[in-house]
Amino acid sequence: MKVKQRRNLLMHFLIILFGLIMIYPLIWMLSASFKEDVEIFQSTSLLPKNPTLNNYIYGWKGVSGVSFGKFFINSFFLAIVSIIANILSCSMAAYAFSKLEFRFKNTLFAIMLVTLMLPFHVRLIPQYIVFSKIGWVNTYLPLLVPKFFATEGFFIFLLVQFMRGISNELLEAPRIDGAGTFRIYMQFIMPLSVPALVTVAIFTFIWTWNDFFSQMIYLSAPPTFTVSLALRMFVDATGESSWGALFAMSCLSLVPLLFIFIVFQRYLVEGIMLGSIKG
Amino acid sequence: MKKYKFNRPWEGYAFLTPWLLGFLLFTAIPMVLSLYFSFTQYDVVTSPKWVGLKNYIDLANDPRVHKSLQVTFTYVALGVPFQLIFALLLAVVFKNNIPGIRIYRAIYYLPSLFGGSVAVAILWRQLFNKEGAINQLLSLVGIEGKNWIASPDTALYTLILLLIWQFGSPMVIFLGGLKQISPDYYEAAEIDGASKVGTFFHITLPLLTPMVFFNIVMTIINAFQAFTPSYIISGGTGAPVDSTLFYTLYLYIKGFQHFSMGYASALAWVLLIIIAIITAIMFLLAQKWVYYDE
Repeated sequence: MKVKQRRNLLMHFLIILFGLIMIYPLIWMLSASFKEDVEIFQSTSLLPKNPTLNNYIYGWKGVSGVSFGKFFINSFFLAIVSIIANILSCSMAAYAFSKLEFRFKNTLFAIMLVTLMLPFHVRLIPQYIVFSKIGWVNTYLPLLVPKFFATEGFFIFLLVQFMRGISNELLEAPRIDGAGTFRIYMQFIMPLSVPALVTVAIFTFIWTWNDFFSQMIYLSAPPTFTVSLALRMFVDATGESSWGALFAMSCLSLVPLLFIFIVFQRYLVEGIMLGSIKG
Repeated sequence: MKKYKFNRPWEGYAFLTPWLLGFLLFTAIPMVLSLYFSFTQYDVVTSPKWVGLKNYIDLANDPRVHKSLQVTFTYVALGVPFQLIFALLLAVVFKNNIPGIRIYRAIYYLPSLFGGSVAVAILWRQLFNKEGAINQLLSLVGIEGKNWIASPDTALYTLILLLIWQFGSPMVIFLGGLKQISPDYYEAAEIDGASKVGTFFHITLPLLTPMVFFNIVMTIINAFQAFTPSYIISGGTGAPVDSTLFYTLYLYIKGFQHFSMGYASALAWVLLIIIAIITAIMFLLAQKWVYYDE
């Protein structure tokens, strides 16, 4: 027994040690955000000598006269509309694929699965050209409108996996009582799918929040910038001169992700598993 | 299971309408257009001019394409295996519900949560700087590190490290797979006196192959399309001397800085073909090693 205990202890020690090494960069950045600029590159200590909030105050002022508050609002706006759009459009498609009967269903579902593996670059250029011709560049429309058309196939797949698990017997009773296809969707499928819908919402939030490429392509006016774009501009504008403020804003930009993660960890983990189990 | 056949035929399509429209407007038609553009010279301002296979021939002779393919393949070939091996190892460790597992799992997942963000790319750029945190640590043991980001022979490896660092998300998938393996198998193995290592290779790993396969396919497809870290770390240029010029970054430079939309479309189709070939090979090979329980 003693040997086993010692081995357990050793395992915990190794897990913690390795975990600390892994998140060391993040802790380092957090600590640097409270340090004075000169101290960041001179001391290896993770505890700031004179902890200061100056980096946060200076950084929050933002760039090009636009404060970080505005960038956060923009990012949240994009994320929230994307969540609503994905939940509505992807759940409709998933309901059709998992619970309704119609011709070519299997073919269409196969097509949907194939689109999951396509690199988005083959759609990018024509999309950009069309959006720029109709004057949508520098608005949020190119980032939001497609989401109302269930363009995130991964979420359809995830919801199909979940909805297949809702028993048909359960839906038969209301059907006999005369509930139509639409009412079944609204009153039964949607409420029963809440756990999977939460997962969709979380992933949409994380992906929209971390998105950089499409935001960079479509947005070029600072007042429309998201947090990602603002950080990039911050690097360009201040060069490497004010690392402290840059780290402070970088840390702040991760806070919403961390918050979501802590609150919804269960849904996130289950969602990742659901999306990977072969259907 | 009983088929659920009470809906009218058109109702299925009614619910599918958003997806069908989206598929046509945002996938099918753009794909046809980009295939067409790839055979033209197109700068957005003037109308596309048919040039036949010229873009593809130029692309085959473009040293920056060769370089970006080499960079991207190195990134995938080194990053993906290490990421998945770490993910699998840690998943096996976390499989037994050791105390504190939730906190451990959360900590190991954090890099995956943050990894794609601009903030972490900025942090990475600093970590491996001349005066960065890595060199600070090295100096404690008396090693004077170089500027890892600015040296062409190490810059790419910092990005590969960033990819491996994000093993939390495949780890969670493996954990899900491990939980589904019936304990009966392990009991039988124990009765037969199998060693831990033997159990892992003869029971755990074969039963986990569907998850391994899923992870390999998805991680490779995603790694081929990586963009943000190379853009932020190299300032959008692929510097130093194109050593971090990811394929997607070159596509961006061609399309959105030089406005060679025809050439960039050809690059996009080559990327699609590469990914399709690799995926097809993986699916073919899968028949040899992926084990399905049913």
